[in-house]
Amino acid sequence: MKFPILLDIQSAFKTFTRNKARSFLTTLGIIIGVASVIATVSIGQGASASVQNAINALGSNLLIILPGSSNIGGVKTGFGELSTLTLKDAKAIRKLPAVKTDSANIRMNEQVIWRGNNWATSIMGSSSTFPVIKNWPVTNGAFFNSQQVNTAANVAIIGSTVATQLFGLMNPVGHIVLIHNVPFKIIGELKTIGFNAFGQDQDDIVIIPITTMMEKVAGISWINIIMVSAKSKQDTLSAQNEITALLRQRHHIPPHKPSDFYVRNLTQIAQTAGSSAQIFTILLAAVAAVSLLVGGIGIMNIMLVSVTERTKEIGIRMAVGAKKNDILKQFLIESSVLSLFGGILGIGLGIGISDLISIITPLKTILTIEPIIISIIFSVGVGVFFGFYPAYKASNLNPVEALRYE
Amino acid sequence: MNDLKKNNGGGDIVINLEHIGMIYKTGSINYEALKDINLTIYKGEFFSIMGASGSGKSTMMNILGCLDKPTSGKYFLEGMDVSKLDKDQLAEIRNKKIGFVFQGFNLIQRLSVIENVELPLFYAGIPHKEAVIEAKDALRLVDIDENKENNFPNQISGGEQQRVAIARAIVHNASIIMADEPTGNLDSVRSSELMSFFKKINEERNVTIILVTHEPVVAAFAKKHIIVKDGHIVND
Repeated sequence: MKFPILLDIQSAFKTFTRNKARSFLTTLGIIIGVASVIATVSIGQGASASVQNAINALGSNLLIILPGSSNIGGVKTGFGELSTLTLKDAKAIRKLPAVKTDSANIRMNEQVIWRGNNWATSIMGSSSTFPVIKNWPVTNGAFFNSQQVNTAANVAIIGSTVATQLFGLMNPVGHIVLIHNVPFKIIGELKTIGFNAFGQDQDDIVIIPITTMMEKVAGISWINIIMVSAKSKQDTLSAQNEITALLRQRHHIPPHKPSDFYVRNLTQIAQTAGSSAQIFTILLAAVAAVSLLVGGIGIMNIMLVSVTERTKEIGIRMAVGAKKNDILKQFLIESSVLSLFGGILGIGLGIGISDLISIITPLKTILTIEPIIISIIFSVGVGVFFGFYPAYKASNLNPVEALRYE
Repeated sequence: MNDLKKNNGGGDIVINLEHIGMIYKTGSINYEALKDINLTIYKGEFFSIMGASGSGKSTMMNILGCLDKPTSGKYFLEGMDVSKLDKDQLAEIRNKKIGFVFQGFNLIQRLSVIENVELPLFYAGIPHKEAVIEAKDALRLVDIDENKENNFPNQISGGEQQRVAIARAIVHNASIIMADEPTGNLDSVRSSELMSFFKKINEERNVTIILVTHEPVVAAFAKKHIIVKDGHIVND
């Protein structure tokens, strides 16, 4: 008993086109279910991607080392108040196997003066590796090199906000500014990167060599912060461990005492945020999948009604020679075609919703082929699963009784 | 019995019922619809079964048509015992050997005329192209024009619908046609017109026809008659 399945599918389509409104309403559950799965997955993927972008914006595989807090008579200061980190620590960290490069920084607020203009900004002493570690290039002029750091040269890199405040539309490169009454030659301007997540204007900054900062501006021998770039994303954790061990050893801290510094693994923090975004996506998709399940029950319901309505037809088919399997197959194909059809409409709707979200909200949704393929397979599966009981019921009808049914 | 054989020139036996009994069980009550039925029908006979409603003639029709199984006795169809076959085997027998014409036409409303006729061939696994040709042939035989082939059953008259049902019954070269009150929904003119098609098929194709009716005028088209009463054959 072989005959082309195409005829069955064609006949299934005929059944639906004769009752368009009901077929559409039946598949509505599947349509909504699939559409919400597609939309939520695209939202989740978009959110994951934006977390990924945020990770990259932090700098390449960044770790931050801060001096510990001091505890004077029970009063605890915040991070960075101890003067325990030195340039020598930074140099030692650079040699660790998991570390690519580092940059020692000191930050303080100072007035910058150029002719009649002045502007209070954040002055940062840093190493020549700063642009690499922070993924923050210079667009005009050049960053200072290690030679200039070693000789404590009076050179400065200016952020775009400071440049605008002091120079307006003029090119700041080549001019001399005064910081803490020390003259600095501007040799480069940083790319504008705007505000960070906390609303801080990141372009409101002047960067000078760390040595110049220590010797001529701040007059201190310790540093505020060491930024470290690990060799790869996977290396951030081992870099964190290596740095902790090294600094404890260098600072002669006995095993039972707390460290006098903190190492923060920003990549790890960001990855945690990324994986919670993923869990959120899975939860959303699970809720959407429930509606797909409800859609399947809707199909079962209508197929049961359809079997009852078409009892006579089933009897006629049996009288002319349809076997149990023929009837079973007919109704299974009908429910599968119905839900596949719903699935395809749902994919269309889901893509529409996903695009709409991209347009009207800041979230950029990302559509991939996988959820679409899975939705198609799933909707056919729903049709087969929920169509089976009605189809089984139909195939077990008694031909004599079915023929007598009015 | 000897007389019957003589009348048929000693032709092949198509149907042979031996001590067929049918008991319906509804709860604790047993209803005996058929009691010890013995019947022989030869190839090419035009046979009528008459009886009042409740006489057991419908039950007999269902058993003869392999739609139902007797609770006792043996049914040989073209020499094969079909009284012990399962549902699917009976479906195959119906598909290959038996064509049905019912009182209410029993065409599938959402299929076109030609699709209804193709149905037995579809379940026999005959390729669609071939099935279309055979369905057209069968429709021509009962005078259904090509321009009505793609109509739906509700778009043609009752007489035409019943002719389509005959086409469906003969399309797979069934050796037996079971006609259950085929003229029940037709007026007298259409009735005799329809019966002439049965006669034509019986004579030209040597198809055995078993006609269940309560109208003597219709039964008169048959060459042999039995009357069923209270589950017995009273006149053979």
